Amino acid sequence: MRIIQFREALREAMQEEMRRDPNVFLMGEEVAEYNGAYKVSQGMLEEFGSKRVIDTPISELGFAGIGVGAAMAGLRPIIEFMTFNFSLVAIDQVVNSAAKMLSMSGGQYNIPIVFRGPSGNAGQLGAQHSQCFENWYANCPGLKVVTPSNPYDAKGLLKTAIRDNDPVIFMESELMYGNKGEVPEHEYLIPIGKADIKKQGSDVTIVSFGKMVNLCLEACQALESEGIQAEMIDLMSLRPIDYDTLVQSVKKTNRCVIVEESWPLAAIAGELTYMIQKRAFDYLDAPILRVTGSDVPLPYAPTLIEAYLPNVKKIVHAVKQVMYRN
Amino acid sequence: MAKKNVKIETYSKEVTLRWYHQMMLMRRFEEKAGQLYGQQKIRGFCHLYIGQEAVAAGVESAITPEDYVITAYRDHGQALARGVSARACMAELYGKITGCSKGKGGSMHFFSKEHNFLGGHGIVGGQIPLGAGVAFAIKYREEKKVCICFFGDGAARQGALHEAFNMAMMWKLPVVFICENNLYAMGTSVERSSNVTDIWKIGLAYDMPAEPVNGMNVIEVHEATTKAVQRAKNGEGPTLLEIKTYRYRGHSMSDPAKYRTKEELEKYKELDPIANIKSYILENQLAKVEEIEAIDEEIKTIIADCVDFAEKSPYPDPSELYNDVYAEPNYPFIME
Repeated sequence: MRIIQFREALREAMQEEMRRDPNVFLMGEEVAEYNGAYKVSQGMLEEFGSKRVIDTPISELGFAGIGVGAAMAGLRPIIEFMTFNFSLVAIDQVVNSAAKMLSMSGGQYNIPIVFRGPSGNAGQLGAQHSQCFENWYANCPGLKVVTPSNPYDAKGLLKTAIRDNDPVIFMESELMYGNKGEVPEHEYLIPIGKADIKKQGSDVTIVSFGKMVNLCLEACQALESEGIQAEMIDLMSLRPIDYDTLVQSVKKTNRCVIVEESWPLAAIAGELTYMIQKRAFDYLDAPILRVTGSDVPLPYAPTLIEAYLPNVKKIVHAVKQVMYRN
Repeated sequence: MAKKNVKIETYSKEVTLRWYHQMMLMRRFEEKAGQLYGQQKIRGFCHLYIGQEAVAAGVESAITPEDYVITAYRDHGQALARGVSARACMAELYGKITGCSKGKGGSMHFFSKEHNFLGGHGIVGGQIPLGAGVAFAIKYREEKKVCICFFGDGAARQGALHEAFNMAMMWKLPVVFICENNLYAMGTSVERSSNVTDIWKIGLAYDMPAEPVNGMNVIEVHEATTKAVQRAKNGEGPTLLEIKTYRYRGHSMSDPAKYRTKEELEKYKELDPIANIKSYILENQLAKVEEIEAIDEEIKTIIADCVDFAEKSPYPDPSELYNDVYAEPNYPFIME
């Protein structure tokens, strides 16, 4: 199968959907003439013209709201945030407008929009460019939240997100845009709300999403060399969450470690833990552990980043703890 | 008030009586809503439109049903002007399933897709980018329509307004921004919120055509809006109209409005927009007193009927709770 980059997979998804539906357009900072801050939209201005690939001034609140308004009138916008850190100045439009519109209008105005861009740390970018927002948006009914971890998933999920009739938050990572993976030439879609078992195993369940999945898969290899067969579940969607796949796996392995880049309080891991104890209490042979980012703003110095982030060593350590093998 | 030499032509009986009907319907509807709020039939926040009726009525006569209207939370008047029935509006205030938002919106969130009424929005200024977005869609589809985007004087100080103005003007979007300046953002007067007290001048910062309009006169509102709508439909882009108006009641039902004087209120009541159009009709002999009285009677019936309808309508069944959150059917909510 052909191998392409994560950014190319995203681009193909947008191109294919824009060719398919004239109501789809891309709007954001530097998406057109600059060809995308991270070159995701490279060449799209040339193909679709400035009517459908639209550069904006640095006005996230304004263009997020313009996107929602355009969706109210029947268009299907893709709004790119250069990073979801900047979505904080637009969060009123994402949460108060996009997420709540259908409900507060009594079912009259659905908002078929995709807000996409990178989330989480991406090197030494300092505290204001490194935050994870998956749990923030996943908390909000009315939104869907999607977090792919490889080019294949990214393309299939983004195509589905663009066709979805509800607002979808689609979270990528600067660190993944250059990642390569197999993506077929033929068209395919991946449903929102279904987890993917990235590796089968019987001893312990490791759950994660987004770029942390790749770290978990590395950890699985390290564990295998020590005779531990971990099952690795990539949630892919954080709203809705595929609890069934997760619970089924834990019932088989009886142990679970959750890996998440965000801060620990009120993170996705807490919610997963709740649901596992509720639905698989009698199957658990050890307390569920989580490996998360540290409970501080992410500093600049590399040593502090190393201390802050989940890594293979921390994951392996947590797995051994739930297996009582230290 | 804005003093301008407006050459007012004579309007037809049909147009002027429609204005009178619409404005009187808003007035009586709001008076009834205020009364029912006192009786706790209506709960939550409730912002009445009394005094501002000429704005909604004068704008509505300048547009067509195919055009779009979006506004803030003081939205009863705009909904009625769009033609949303008094029944659907009153039932919404009651929180009944027959309301214009199925009882899920309440006073601040009236919607009617059928009437291209894109809602009542509760975050001050939040609807301004939305209105620009609707206009973006109009232009994208090359339609000859306009979006009317209402907001209050308070919203003029929100960043959302400035971002939306900038893009709307740069992209020549077919939107008319209408600031209903009723002098107070809740309890903060325009003078206490900025050095720029002529809100229409904000438009000039974006090279947007802008002007002040007397909002106590429906004809002046109609004429200014007609010009702005024409500009938008001709592809010339947005206009900002600062329509100077006044609300007779407090910001919401819980506001005794102690930040302003009785004299000020009385001054504006003398400029009452309904009395204004009534005397215009009579002075120009467009209709007889009896015809106007017949309208008053008709409105009494409409109000009594809409209250009766709201009273008798059922509340949403608890099973409605999970409906209308997602367009996707069978979305798996967390139920445990």
